[in-house]
Amino acid sequence: MSGKRVQTELEKSRTRRMQFDILKKAASYLVLSVGTLAMVAPFLWMLATSLKTPGEVFSYQRPWWVDWVPTSFVWQNYVKSWEVVPFARFYLNSIIVTLLTTLGQVFTSSMSGYAFARLQFPGREKIFLGYLATLMIPSAVTMIPVFILLRFLGWVDTYKGLILPGVFTAYGTFMLRQFFMTLPKELEDAAKIDGCSYFGIFWRIILPLSKPALATLTTFTFMGTWMNFMWPLVVVNSQEKFTLPVGLAYFQSLHHTDWTLLMAASMMMLAPILLVFIFNQRYFVEGIKLTGIKG
Amino acid sequence: MGTAPVTGGIDQIEAAKKIKTGLKNSTKEALAGYCFLLPNLVGFLVFTSLPVIASLALSFVKWDLLTPPAFAGLKNFVQLFQDRFFWKFCWNTIYLMLGIPLGMIGSLAVALAMNQKIKGIVFFRTTFFLPTICSGVAIFILWRLIYNPDFGFFNVLIRGFGDLIHVPLEGPNWLTDEKWAKPALIIMGLWQGIGGHNMILYLAALQGIPRDLYEASDIDGANGWQKFWAVTWPMISPTTFFIAIMSIIGGFQAGFDAAFIMTGGGPNGSTTTIMYYIYNNAFQWFNMGYAAAISWFLFVVIFVITLLYWKVAGKTVHYY
Repeated sequence: MSGKRVQTELEKSRTRRMQFDILKKAASYLVLSVGTLAMVAPFLWMLATSLKTPGEVFSYQRPWWVDWVPTSFVWQNYVKSWEVVPFARFYLNSIIVTLLTTLGQVFTSSMSGYAFARLQFPGREKIFLGYLATLMIPSAVTMIPVFILLRFLGWVDTYKGLILPGVFTAYGTFMLRQFFMTLPKELEDAAKIDGCSYFGIFWRIILPLSKPALATLTTFTFMGTWMNFMWPLVVVNSQEKFTLPVGLAYFQSLHHTDWTLLMAASMMMLAPILLVFIFNQRYFVEGIKLTGIKG
Repeated sequence: MGTAPVTGGIDQIEAAKKIKTGLKNSTKEALAGYCFLLPNLVGFLVFTSLPVIASLALSFVKWDLLTPPAFAGLKNFVQLFQDRFFWKFCWNTIYLMLGIPLGMIGSLAVALAMNQKIKGIVFFRTTFFLPTICSGVAIFILWRLIYNPDFGFFNVLIRGFGDLIHVPLEGPNWLTDEKWAKPALIIMGLWQGIGGHNMILYLAALQGIPRDLYEASDIDGANGWQKFWAVTWPMISPTTFFIAIMSIIGGFQAGFDAAFIMTGGGPNGSTTTIMYYIYNNAFQWFNMGYAAAISWFLFVVIFVITLLYWKVAGKTVHYY
């Protein structure tokens, strides 16, 4: 093969590769754009429905895309959905339960995570193994005895019963322990020499260095608790203690076909989640990469 | 404290130190360790580890919470194996897991697209992640509307398509037709899952593939298709395996929320999953012992899958 032919061959393959790259990029944009439409469309449908009149929901028009825009924007639906059921109460309950669960979990998990990661004490490995072993136990297994326990304590239908079982998770401890293990030890040694107590090290060195991991755990716990449906459904039976998901399900059972109100209420339930997500987006991505699993 | 007797040896110096700090350093550390651990450990014992043991004990009794529990031996487990509803619901659970491979293909496709140098990546990632974030009761109610046979989004679209090709088309009664209820839940699951956790795991795996592998295959004259199967696919196979296992473990425990809101487990039990059956037994019919037995069956299945994973993954170690 002469040098010239090799060069033309190379050039040919290069142009071929460039063509292929352009094609690949075009295909990617196509996949992502179509996908984005599919992802967003149901939400838009939800928003549109929440602003329609009840009659408008039931009548479908031709051509189909006319359905997407409400003829008159009935903002009143949002007000009305608050009046039909004690929505404000559900909201408040959800906020209380979510905040306390999240705070409690981040607090106790970071402490136990620190103990497992940094402090030497007899039985440490065995206890940690015990934590690890429960990670894969399905929630269904513990749910039944915990319910019986709460019943025995008289905690069924109380905030205690809603909150406490969600506070102590092996998952949070495990995740933070893994993160603490990656922190450099030098700072702690220096602090120890300066006479800093263990709590001082934990509070002034470990926690400030672990902001990303703490934010990730906070976000996951917040979302998980806000959305949790099964446990509140099991524990709570009086209306004034319903969290939003249970309240919404209850709303649906009462007004099965009041689609405009149902959609307005659903929109309001999702609003805080969307806010948390938009502001903490990178913690989701980091958290997923860190543990491989969702919270 | 300052005047330790000079006559002693090392022992006495040690003893003096002990008095000075009150305790030996290692004891102090151990004490601190227990203090830090205690709040979480107490809760962990009360709400996780003791309930696991209690649940095992429960599976050997019959108990409706009103009358005292009666020892039943293996009766619950015998009942489990004879309960044809249970096996039907097992089948439902497995059927619904058809969504897993479909979802994984979708997630990989999206991750491949996002791995190109593309503008607006943050925008795309956000919109694809939205359905995962918003999972929950609100979304299930929304999808109940979307599946409404008369004015739901899907059937309106199908009708519109029919108009376009001048054939009268009608969509199915998605959630009230035994044939369509499970596919309907699967479609919804795909929408929720494709752009979620699995996509991000795939994207991370794709970004971790060394460039020079592609350069080497370029020199060998491989085309894009060959590059995918010879480089990309083997390099991401640990991720694929991990996602598959995690999804299967999750799949066995899934299906309660969506079915409770959208179908009530029907029509004719066609969307009742194992988890839903546990809920019904425990909290609707108060068969606490039987429900505990089912939950242990579930646990054993998941345990076996996890063991398999560790055995196989041990050879191709990848930690996430």
